[in-house]
Amino acid sequence: MGASQARYQQEYHDLVDKSGFSLEQIKNLHYRFHQLSGNNETISKGNLDIIPALEDNPIKSQIIDAFFDKRNQRQNETGSCEEIGFEQFVMVMSHFRPPPSPMTDAEKEAVRSLKLRFLFNMHDTGSDGTITLEEYRKVVEELLSKSEHMEEEVTKDIADAAMLEVASTNVPHMGPDEFYEGITFEHFQQILKDLEIESRMHIRFLDVDTTTMHCGKFSS
Amino acid sequence: MTSRSSSRSRAGFARRLPERGLLLLVLLVLLEGTVLPLGAASSPDVGHAEHPSEHGAEPGGHNITKKAFPVLSLDYDHVRLPFEIALWVLLASLMKLGFHLVPRLSNIVPESCLLIVVGLVVGGLIKLAGEKVPPVMNANVFFLCLLPPIILDAGYFLPIRPFMENLGTILMFAVVGTLWNAFFIGGLLYAVCQIQPANPSDLHLIGLLPCLLFGSIISAVDPVAVLAVFEEIHINELLHILVFGESLLNDAVTVVLYHLFEEFAGVGTVTLMECFLGFISFLVVALGGVLVGAIYGILAAFTSRFTSHTRVIEPLFVFVYSYMAYLSSEMFHLSGIMALISCGAVMRPYVEANISHKSHTTIKYFLKMWSSVSETLIFIFLGVATVDGPHSWNWTFVTVTVILCLVARVIGVVGLTFFMNKFRIVKLTTKDQFIIAYGGLRGAIAFALGFLLDKEHFPMREMFLTAIITVIFFTVFVQGMTIKPLVDLLAVKKKQEAKRSINEEIHTQFLDHLLTGIEDICGHYGHHHWKDKLNRFNKKYVKKCLIAGERAKEPQLIAFYHKMEMKQAIELVESGGGAKLPSAVPSTVSMQNIQPKKPLPKTAERALPQLPKGREEEIRKILRSNLQKTRQRLHSYNRHTLVVDPYEDGVTNFIKKQKMIQLEKKIKEMNKYLTVPSAAPDSPTMCRARLASDPQAYNVKLDSGKVPTIQVDLASPQSPDSVNVMDEFIKADAGDEDSGLMMKPPRKPGEEDGARDQQKLTRCLSDPGPSADEDEDEPFLP
Repeated sequence: MGASQARYQQEYHDLVDKSGFSLEQIKNLHYRFHQLSGNNETISKGNLDIIPALEDNPIKSQIIDAFFDKRNQRQNETGSCEEIGFEQFVMVMSHFRPPPSPMTDAEKEAVRSLKLRFLFNMHDTGSDGTITLEEYRKVVEELLSKSEHMEEEVTKDIADAAMLEVASTNVPHMGPDEFYEGITFEHFQQILKDLEIESRMHIRFLDVDTTTMHCGKFSS
Repeated sequence: MTSRSSSRSRAGFARRLPERGLLLLVLLVLLEGTVLPLGAASSPDVGHAEHPSEHGAEPGGHNITKKAFPVLSLDYDHVRLPFEIALWVLLASLMKLGFHLVPRLSNIVPESCLLIVVGLVVGGLIKLAGEKVPPVMNANVFFLCLLPPIILDAGYFLPIRPFMENLGTILMFAVVGTLWNAFFIGGLLYAVCQIQPANPSDLHLIGLLPCLLFGSIISAVDPVAVLAVFEEIHINELLHILVFGESLLNDAVTVVLYHLFEEFAGVGTVTLMECFLGFISFLVVALGGVLVGAIYGILAAFTSRFTSHTRVIEPLFVFVYSYMAYLSSEMFHLSGIMALISCGAVMRPYVEANISHKSHTTIKYFLKMWSSVSETLIFIFLGVATVDGPHSWNWTFVTVTVILCLVARVIGVVGLTFFMNKFRIVKLTTKDQFIIAYGGLRGAIAFALGFLLDKEHFPMREMFLTAIITVIFFTVFVQGMTIKPLVDLLAVKKKQEAKRSINEEIHTQFLDHLLTGIEDICGHYGHHHWKDKLNRFNKKYVKKCLIAGERAKEPQLIAFYHKMEMKQAIELVESGGGAKLPSAVPSTVSMQNIQPKKPLPKTAERALPQLPKGREEEIRKILRSNLQKTRQRLHSYNRHTLVVDPYEDGVTNFIKKQKMIQLEKKIKEMNKYLTVPSAAPDSPTMCRARLASDPQAYNVKLDSGKVPTIQVDLASPQSPDSVNVMDEFIKADAGDEDSGLMMKPPRKPGEEDGARDQQKLTRCLSDPGPSADEDEDEPFLP
C-alpha cells in the first residue's frame, strides 16, 4: 500500500512538471480517470462513448478521437492509439488549462499556438498537415449534424465560403490556374488570430485554490 | 452668439450667408415665442366678437361693432405646446448638423460639451429676452420621454456575448461600486460639513441622511454621458461593455438608495430593520425590473410571430412593448432601465427571425434617430436648466464634492478590480482600471433626480443642484474632452473593426461544443455545460413558440451564413461593382482555386490562337479587374437566390443578367442618391449605426421556390441564355441603338486582338461552379 502510494506520488510529480497542472488537479483527474475506466489502468474509446452527457454533442466522435490521437501527446508521433493511460489523458487535458495570469507576449503566442494546434489536429483527420476542402466540409457537416433542418448544399457552401476566405486572406494573389491545396497550420493561425483562443479555450479544473462553483461534481 | 458666428466665419466665406440666415431664422422663431404670448391675448377677443355678429337679432341691446372679417388671425395658444416641442427638436437637430460642418471642432470637443454650451447660450438668450425659461428639466419629461429611447437603443443592440461573459464584473462595479461611492461621498461630506465650528454656516444644518441622499444621487455613473463620450473614442469592446454595463445596471441601486433616503430623511433616522428592508427592496427592484422586461419581451416576440401579413406595423410592436415595459416597471417603482434592457435583449433574437428585412431596418433607424435626438435634447436642456435653476454656490461644498467623487471612484475601481481579478481569466490591467475610473461620467439623470427633491424636506436643495451641475460639467467637459487624448497616449487597445468572418463563426461554435464535451468528460458541470443546456432548451421549446415557420429550426451557423451572403450582396450593389471590396485584402482568389482542378480539354486549346505573353497578361489584368472580382463575389450567391421585387417579374433571364452587370457599372454614378452612405465619417451616431448592429445587419426570408429569383450565372458558356461575351463586343461595335443594356468594354489599344483573347480568357476564367461542371467540350462560339 505504501509502495503504490509512493509510486503514485512520483508519477504525479512527473505529471505536474509535464502538464502544468497542480498536484490537487492531478489527483482529481486521476479520480475521474478511474471512474471512466472502471478502475482499469487504461481507457478505450468505448469508455468515453458511454458518457450520457456527450450524447447530444454534435462533435462527439471528434472529441473522443482527439484523446486517442498521438499528435496531441506532444511527442511528434502520428497515428492513433487504441487505449490510453492516465498520462496521455492528462496531456490531452492540459490543452484546456486556463492560461497563467500575467503572460508575456511570447508566452501568449506559445499557449495560443498549442491550443490552435489541438484544434488543427482535430480537423486534419488525414494527418497530412493540411486541412483539405473535404476535411473542412466534414467539419461543418458534423457541426450541423444535430440540427434537424440540414441541407447538403448549404453545408457545402459554408465550407466552400470558409475555405475561400482562408485562401483570400493568406494567399491573396493567386493566379487563376493555381490550386489552393489546403489550410496549413500557419494559415489556420492567421485566420483565427482574432478569436483570442488562449483566453477562450479553457475550462476551470477542480482545484482547492480556484474559486469556482461546482454544482454536480463528478457525476457522469 | 459670438462663439457661433466666429465659428461660422472660420468655415469660409461661401458658407456664411446661408448659415447666418439659419441663425437669424432660429433667433427669430425663438423670439417669436416671447412676443406671441402677448399677441395671443388679443386673439380671443377677435374670436368672440366674431360670434355674436353672425347671429342677426340680439336680445338685450348689445352694442356690437361689426369688425371686419379676419382674413388672417393669430392663435398661438392653440398650438403652443406642440409648437415649442417641435421647435426644441428642430433646434437640437440643427445644432447637430451645424457641428459637423465645422470638422475641427468636433474632433477636439465631444458633442456633449458643445450641446451643453448651446443650451447655455439658448438659456441665456431666453433670459435676456426677459422671458421665463421653460421648465424643461421637468422630471416627467425627462424620465418618461427623453430617457427611454436612449436606453432602448442601448438594450436592443447590446452585444450579449461580451455582456454575459463579464456579467460578474459588471454587477460588482454596478452594485458594490455604487454603494461604496454613495456612502463614501455622503459620509465624508457630512463630516466636512460638520467641521468649521468657528464659522457657522449653512452647512451645519445638513443632516447625515440628506448627505447620504446626495451621495447616492451623485454616485451613479450615467449611461447617457458614457454613451455620448465613449462612442467617439472607439475603445475596445471589453472596457466599453464594462463601463457601459455598469452605468445601466446601477440604476437599480440608485433607485433604491434614493427612495430609501428620501423616505427616511423626513424621519431623521434609519434603523437596522429598515436597512435590511432596503436590501430586500434592492433585490425586488432589480429582479422585478428584469422580470417585467422579460415578460414584455416574450410577448413582443410572440406577437411578431403573427405579423407576416401586416409587415408595416411590425416596428411598432417593438417600440410599444418596450415602452410599456418601462412604464409598467416605473409604475411599481422597479428599475425601468433594467426592464428596458432585458426587454430589448430578450425579444431581439426572436423578433429578428420573424420580421421582414425592411422592418428590421426601420427599427434600427428609428431607434438610432430617437436616441440621437433624445441625447441632444438632454444635453441642451441641461444647459438651459443651468442658466435657469436657482443656484446657491458654496465653495466648500462644491469643491469637496468634486474631489470626493474623483477619489471615491478611483478607490472603488482599484479595490474592486483587485478583488475581481482573482476570478477573472482575462485580468484587468492598470491601464484598463484607469480608463474605467476615468470613464465614470455623471450626467443628466443625477440632475433630474436632484430636481425631484422636495424643497420642504430639503431646504438645501439649491446647493445640491449647484453641486450636481458642477460635477456634471466637470466630468463631461474635463473628463470628456481629455479622455480621447489619454486613450491615445496610453495606447489603450482600440475597437477592432474586423468583420466577423465565417471561419470565426464556425470555430466559435466548434469551441463551444468542444468545451462542453471536455467538461462532460471531466464530469465537471461548469458554465459551458449550463450554457449548452440553455441553448438546447431554447432551440427545443422556446424557438418553436416564438419564431414563425421554417426559421425556427434553422441552426445558427446557417442563419449567420445567409446573413453574411445577403450583406455581401447588398454591399456589392451599393459600392458599384468591383470598386470597393468587402474584404480588407484585395484578392484574386476565386472558387476555382479551391476546387480540385479538372484538366482543360485539348480540343478547346487547339481552337484558340496563340498570343504573345505580354499582351495576354495585359488583357488578363483588364478583365480580371472587372470580371473576376465580380464573379468571386457573385459566386457566393450564385446558386442562392436573390429575391426580386415582384414587379420585375416579366423580365427575361437574359435581360436580368444584363441589368445586373450594367447596374453595377452605373451605380458608381448613382452612389450619391443612395440613402445609406458608403463611408461614414467619425461621428457618434454614424458609428453607432454602423458598429452597433454590424453582424446582424440583414435578414432575409428565403421562401425558396415561391419567389421570382435572379440566377446570376455569368460564365457558364454552355447555358443557352448565358452572357455571350463575344456577342456583346460585336454588338457594341456595330453601335446598336439598344445600347442601354449593352456592356461597354474598356476601350484599350489592341481591341481587335482583345476580342479574340476574350474568348480564351473567358474560358480560362470560366468558373465551372458546383452546378455546371460538365460540357467544357462545347466550343464557345457555336
